[in-house]
Amino acid sequence: MLQIVLTIFIYLILVIPVGIYVYHVAAGKHTFADPVLNRVDGTIYKICGITPQNTMDWKKYAVSLVATNGVMMLLGYVILRVQSIGLFNPNGIGGMEESLSFNTIISFMTNTNLQHYSGESGLSYLSQMMVIIFMMFVSAASGYAACVAFIRGLAGKTKDNVGNFFSDLIRITTRVLLPFSIVGGLLLVWQGVPQNFSGNVVVDTVEGAKQVIAMGPVAALEIIKHLGTNGGGFLGANSATPIENPTILSNLIEMYSMMLLPGACVITFGKMVCDRKRELAAAAISDGKNTAISKKAHRSRIVWLYGREGRSIFAAMGILFLIGLGVCFWAESQGNPALADVGLSQSMGSMEGKEVRFGVAQSSLFTTVTTSFTTGTVNNMHDTLTPLGGMIPMLHMMLNVVFGGKGVGLMNMITYAILAVFICGLMIGRTPEYLGKKIEGREMKLAALCIIIHPLLILAFSALAVGTPEGLAGITNPGYHGLSQVLYEFSSSAANNGSGFEGLADNTLFWNITTGVVMFFGRYLSMVLQLAIAGSLMKKRFVNESIGTLHTDTMSFAVILVFIVYIFAALTFFPVLALGPVAEHLTLWA
Amino acid sequence: MIGVTVVLMLVCGLLFPCLLTGLSTLIFPRQAGGNLITVDGKTLGAEYVGQEFTEDYYLWSRPSAYHYNVYVEGEDGKQYYNDGTEFPGIGSGSNNYAPTNPALTERVEVDIEAFLAKNPTVKREDIPTDLLTASGSGLDPHISPASAEIQIPRIVKASGLTEEEIKDIVAENTQGKVLGIFGEETVNVLKVNIEIAQRMGIQ
Repeated sequence: MLQIVLTIFIYLILVIPVGIYVYHVAAGKHTFADPVLNRVDGTIYKICGITPQNTMDWKKYAVSLVATNGVMMLLGYVILRVQSIGLFNPNGIGGMEESLSFNTIISFMTNTNLQHYSGESGLSYLSQMMVIIFMMFVSAASGYAACVAFIRGLAGKTKDNVGNFFSDLIRITTRVLLPFSIVGGLLLVWQGVPQNFSGNVVVDTVEGAKQVIAMGPVAALEIIKHLGTNGGGFLGANSATPIENPTILSNLIEMYSMMLLPGACVITFGKMVCDRKRELAAAAISDGKNTAISKKAHRSRIVWLYGREGRSIFAAMGILFLIGLGVCFWAESQGNPALADVGLSQSMGSMEGKEVRFGVAQSSLFTTVTTSFTTGTVNNMHDTLTPLGGMIPMLHMMLNVVFGGKGVGLMNMITYAILAVFICGLMIGRTPEYLGKKIEGREMKLAALCIIIHPLLILAFSALAVGTPEGLAGITNPGYHGLSQVLYEFSSSAANNGSGFEGLADNTLFWNITTGVVMFFGRYLSMVLQLAIAGSLMKKRFVNESIGTLHTDTMSFAVILVFIVYIFAALTFFPVLALGPVAEHLTLWA
Repeated sequence: MIGVTVVLMLVCGLLFPCLLTGLSTLIFPRQAGGNLITVDGKTLGAEYVGQEFTEDYYLWSRPSAYHYNVYVEGEDGKQYYNDGTEFPGIGSGSNNYAPTNPALTERVEVDIEAFLAKNPTVKREDIPTDLLTASGSGLDPHISPASAEIQIPRIVKASGLTEEEIKDIVAENTQGKVLGIFGEETVNVLKVNIEIAQRMGIQ
């Protein structure tokens, strides 16, 4: 218990400086590394023929993002298909089959990292690096870029400029992801994660048998896997393997790397929105009108490191996270009564599928973190979690707003915030406004569409899977848990998480194609819609705060937000959760 | 777009892993190479990868769906796990049994009986949870100190070493929590067994 509390406490301290740094990068402000990195960026711009000063409106930005991702997918697909060539392939891995390549490439480009292959036997080192590691960088950078554009739209300094996608993509890669990866990667190697290009090693064991031990550029993949909230493992069992995650320190490093940047995103949002208020205030001073406002704005900057608007969003996410974590930890600590019945003591909690070095505490923490921050890396097998312990990761992927992946979680949460101000507006008779802009019919339609896509993808495809023999063939656990396996797979795909109830036999044409489609729409449809919301809001004039304005920078708004999120989740997902994990829990403890 | 793709692919997908390999080989050569354990010039395993042990005088690891990728070569040239099933090549993971799956309870029941038969002094309710549940990776190098302790009488009897000696070896290879707070106490099975083998004069 104490270790969980401390882990989170340290996180809250670490996230502030990282958030400030990321804000400086996103807002194009000065950072200490500029003298070197400006040159690096300049060279890259020159080679690629990019003019960073060219601004884009939201449509152009979205098209550039989707098109660039398309080109990356095409190139990656080719590499997967021809990976059997002798380059960086000491283990003699063959080419990847079409439907699996299709699934894999969408999976990694959409930041999902759902894996229907096992890294040990399915990928050469060439693919691990030029496809997997490459996509882990660029998919994270793309998501982050979309988020920064979205925030620029909300902060609304101009009417149609959300920034330049290419320069965002490159700046985030060179200033945030690469430097953090080099430092974090070295830390992981220090803890014992291998980083080499040699083939798997066969040793003669103490008992005279043979053992084959996996090698490869593991640390490089491992660090960006977490930093970019990607989640696809070098090996089949992901961060549960002592090769990818050998010690408790490596576990903490991996956990912090996936938590820091999504949290930093919220801070960036708070600060960029705060900027606008400050500029407004500065304008007021120069007009010599209202010094009281400017003083207030100035104080708010100093007092709230998170930025006021960011603070309430961060608090709402934090509340959702802690509730989930509490339930998961409690459920896992209870152990498995079925095993207690056959006489195996459950005093350590439910240990099936968990590693001794992590135990129940670090396992349930990691599980909640990986599904809240939509990374999808696992340090224990989620299929073996107790029914309620396994429901939490599923629920957090269904919500998809508890911090969320690189940028995307924040965009989802703000969609909910727009919904919340609308609903509250209706209830208490106030004008729905968010961040100083009126929320009207067009934004509400887009937000509603955005919120409905996610459950539609999950539930419709789950229904398809349990309604067809091809889908049913994948289920490997009997009873209610079978439904949970299906539900988890599509929740994970739609939320671009990528973890799995790994028992599911999912490397089949049906599962490769359906999850591929879900991942694609789950990512790009909501991203484009959210950019459209930002595009629509930026065109509006700022309205002055009045007595009728609902304040969105308060703790009470955070609590309202939590309720709105839970109510929507209950309305859409409760029936199916009752049939899966809840029913399983009731049978197990009956 | 193609330009950006190619440049980023080379920077992130080639330059970065090569740079990291170079740096780690320079600074942490042992870890970068996979923490292999070598005794008298023979590589016996890796520090953080568990192994399957079947002899009574060795400490046993947790059950593994992949038998820790330990195999023997059969006379027919094929490769087999210790239990006689065919070795399909390197892998990792667990059986992914749901808590309600009858296959899980069956496996645990069989394992309990087998364990009690080989460890007659141990009572059923004293078997620690971790020892007979499978790890997530199938490669877990550790067991809990409690799981090591209940195996000591069997090891003493089969190895001919004294109880003191075995306890010392286990204690030496037990690692506490980081700062006394983070993680769990663990015993590294492979390291214990290498030492037992050395004391017995096998290695």
